[in-house]
Amino acid sequence: MSAQAFRSIKDIPLEEYFTPGHRACQGCGETIAVRHILKAAGPDVIVVNATGCLEVISSPYPYTAWAVPWYHVAFENAAAVASGIEAALKVLTRKNLISGKKIHVVCFAGDGGTADIGFQALSGALERGHDFLYVCLDNEAYMNTGIQRSSSTPYGAWTTTSPPGKVKPAGQMTYKKDLPSIFAAHGIPYVATATVAYPLDLINKAKKGLEVEGPAYLHVYTPCSPGWRIPSEKVVQVSRLGVQTGMFLIYEVENGQLRLTVKPSRRKPVTEYLKMQGRFRHLSDEDVERIQRLVDERCAKFGLPPLEAST
Amino acid sequence: MTTDKPTVKNLPIAGIIFVPGSAKEYNTGAFRSQKPILDAKLCTKCGMCWVYCPDGAVFVNSEGMYEINLKYCKGCGICSEECARKAIKMVDEEE
Amino acid sequence: MGKRISIECAHAASLAVKLANVDVIAAYPITPQTHIVERLAEYVANGELDAEYINVESEHSAMSACIGASAAGARVYTSTAGQGLALMHEMLFIAAGNRLPIVMGVANRSLSPNLNIWGDQSDMMASRDCGWIQIYAENAQEVFDHTLQAFKIAEDERVLLPVAVCFDGFHVTHVIEPLITLDQEEVDRFLPKHRKAVYKLTPDQPSTWGPVAGPDIQTELKVQNEWALNSSKDVILEVWREFGDLFGRYYAPLETYKVEDADAVILILGGFAGTGRVAIDKMREEGKKIGLVKLRLYRPFPIQEVKDLLTRVKAVAVVDRAISAGGLGGPVYGDIRNILYDEEHRPKVLSFIAGLGGRDITVKDFKRIGEKVLDVAAKGHSEHKVDFIQVRI
Repeated sequence: MSAQAFRSIKDIPLEEYFTPGHRACQGCGETIAVRHILKAAGPDVIVVNATGCLEVISSPYPYTAWAVPWYHVAFENAAAVASGIEAALKVLTRKNLISGKKIHVVCFAGDGGTADIGFQALSGALERGHDFLYVCLDNEAYMNTGIQRSSSTPYGAWTTTSPPGKVKPAGQMTYKKDLPSIFAAHGIPYVATATVAYPLDLINKAKKGLEVEGPAYLHVYTPCSPGWRIPSEKVVQVSRLGVQTGMFLIYEVENGQLRLTVKPSRRKPVTEYLKMQGRFRHLSDEDVERIQRLVDERCAKFGLPPLEAST
Repeated sequence: MTTDKPTVKNLPIAGIIFVPGSAKEYNTGAFRSQKPILDAKLCTKCGMCWVYCPDGAVFVNSEGMYEINLKYCKGCGICSEECARKAIKMVDEEE
Repeated sequence: MGKRISIECAHAASLAVKLANVDVIAAYPITPQTHIVERLAEYVANGELDAEYINVESEHSAMSACIGASAAGARVYTSTAGQGLALMHEMLFIAAGNRLPIVMGVANRSLSPNLNIWGDQSDMMASRDCGWIQIYAENAQEVFDHTLQAFKIAEDERVLLPVAVCFDGFHVTHVIEPLITLDQEEVDRFLPKHRKAVYKLTPDQPSTWGPVAGPDIQTELKVQNEWALNSSKDVILEVWREFGDLFGRYYAPLETYKVEDADAVILILGGFAGTGRVAIDKMREEGKKIGLVKLRLYRPFPIQEVKDLLTRVKAVAVVDRAISAGGLGGPVYGDIRNILYDEEHRPKVLSFIAGLGGRDITVKDFKRIGEKVLDVAAKGHSEHKVDFIQVRI
C-alpha cells in the first residue's frame, strides 16, 4: 500500500472547496464527507452531482457552495455525464486544445441515485473504465424527498414508504443492497467504504481513488439527523457506532485485494447503534436479534472479532 | 449580489452561476437555536471541531486558534459533542 | 473538390461527422440508426477520426454523456431512433436548456407498442417541444449537408443550441444514393476545425451549471431558451447561405414544388416528399393546379415563410407520419392550422396521417390526398377531420 497522503488532521488542507453558506440541515453527515473529499481533490476537479440533498442544498440560484466547476444534470445519470466529461478532457488534451494538467472528475450521488435510479449508468461507466471517482453518499433513504426507502435502506428501518405496521412489523422488510461488493465485482482498480467519524481514513481513500488510473468507487456512510431520527449533535457518534458495532464495514479493495482499514478491537452489540435512532424504535427483540445475527455472520466473513461478551 | 430580480436578458445563460462559492454570502446562522461557545483555555487545538463541522463554520484565526463563525454555524452541536476536552458548550441563542 | 459517389444515406451522416472532426461520440445501437455509428466506430478504430467513442449502455446515457462532453467543451455527436429517442426524452430538454451545441442524427422510427423498427416521425414529434433545432432531410445529400451545417449552427455563439437532423428510418437511412462529397479542406473553410466553447466546465474559471431554480427565475430561464431558439433562425439562414455560396447548394426552411399557380398544396416533412413530387407531376399532367411543400426547418418554426406561402393557396393538405393523440390529427397539421388562424386570407387545412410504422405512402395515396384538397379548395368549405390513409377499418 502506498503511503498515506494525510497522516494527521494537520495535513488536511484548510481550503474549503465546498463553502459555508450551503443550506444543509443542522448536523448534515454528507456535507462533512464532501468537504474532505474535495480537499483531497484540490482545485483541479470537475464535479458532477446527481439530484438529491447535496445538489439542492448547495445550489439554489444565485448561491453556490461550489468553489470548483460543478454540474448537475439529473438524478439517474451522474456517472454517464461524468463519462462524457472524462472523455472530453481526454480527447481535448490529446488534441492540445486544453492544458495538459490533470483534471479529476468526481461524482457525488446519494444511495437512491446509486443503488436505484443511477445503478445502470454507474455500472456502464465503471465497465467502460472511465478515469473518475464516484462517491455514493449513503444516508440509507431518499432524504431529499422526505425519507422514502431505497434499496440501500437497511432491514428494520422506518421510512415514510416503509412504515412499520401489523403486516410489515419491521418497516423495511428487505436487506440493504451491497453496493461496494457489486461495484468491486466490476473489477475496477479501487473500491472503498468510509464514514464521516473517521475523516483521515475517508480523505486518504478519496485521494487514492482520485489517483488510481481508471474508475474508483467510494461508498461513504453519511448519517442523516432528520431521516435517522437522531439529534444533530449525534451524527458523528452514530457514524462511529456504526463501525464499532459492525453495521458499517470499513475497507478498501485495491486490485482485488480486500483490506479492513478501520478494525474495532472489540465489537459492540448492534443495539447500541440501533437504540440511538428513532427509525429503529419499533423493532422487536426478535428483529434486533436477527440484525445481530446477520451482522455477526458478515463480520466473521470479514475477519472482525466476535461480539464482546455482554456484561 | 444584486437584490433585483433577474430578467430574461440579464440572467446568465442557462442560469449558470459564474461566481464560485457565492453561498458564502448567505447567512445560515439563522438556522440556529443554540450557539457554541469555545473556551480557548481548554482548547488543545486538536482540530476535531474543524474537521467535523458540516458547515465549514470553524476556522483558524490569525493567532492560530480555532474559532466559530456564527454567520454560518447552524448550531448542530457536533463540535461540542466531539470535543475531547469539552471545550465547546452549547448555549441557548438568547443567553 | 469533393467528388460524386454512391453512398448509403446513413453513411452520408457518418462521413459528415468525420469531416466535422468531432471530439466525442456517445451512442447506443438501435435500428435503423446503427449504420451511422457503426461507420463512426470504424473511423475511430482505424484512426481516420481522432475522437473518443463512448459505447454507452443506453440512449439515456448516450445523451447524458454528450451533455457532459459538450459542457466540457468538446464537439459532440450522437444518433438514435424511435425508442432510443424516447428514452433520451428527459435529457433532450436539458441539452437544450443548458445551451449545449450537440448534434444528433435521428433516423425517424415508429414508437412502441407494438415493436416496430420501421419509419415514421412519431419519435421526434413526441419530443418536438424539447427546445432543439429540428431539421428534416430527404436524401443523402441533405443528410450530409445538414449534418455538417448543424455543427456550425449549433456552435454559433448567438445560438448555442443542440440540433437534430432527422431523416426517415429505412426509406432514407438504408437507401443508396448519389452524393457530392466535400473534401476536408473544403469543410475546413466552412466549419472551424475545432469548437471554440464560450462557456464550459473548467477549473480555470469554476462555474456552477444546473443550479436549482425557484419560481423566481424559472420563467425567465424558459423564456430565455425560447428566445434563443426563435432567434436561431437568422443564424440558420445565414449558415445555409454561406454554405450555398461556398458549395453551390442552397437551402431554405420550406422547399416548394410547382406551387406558383397552385390552388392547393400538399405539405410534408422528410423523405416522402420525393414520392409526393412524382404524384404532383402526374396531377399536373391532368391539369390540376397543385403543388408540394416540404418543411425542412421544423423548429424554430418558419412562421413568416409558412404564412407568406400558404396564404396564397386555397387549401393545404398536411401529411403527418405521426398522430397527435386525442382527435387533433397530426402534429404538423396542428402547427400549420394554428399559425394561419389569424390570417385574413387563410386557406383550408386538412389533416392526413400516413406512413406509420414503415408503411409506404404511394403515388396513389398522394393523388387521393391531392384530389381531396383540390376539392376543398374548389368548394371553399372544410371541417376539422383526421383522414387516416390506407387504414383498414
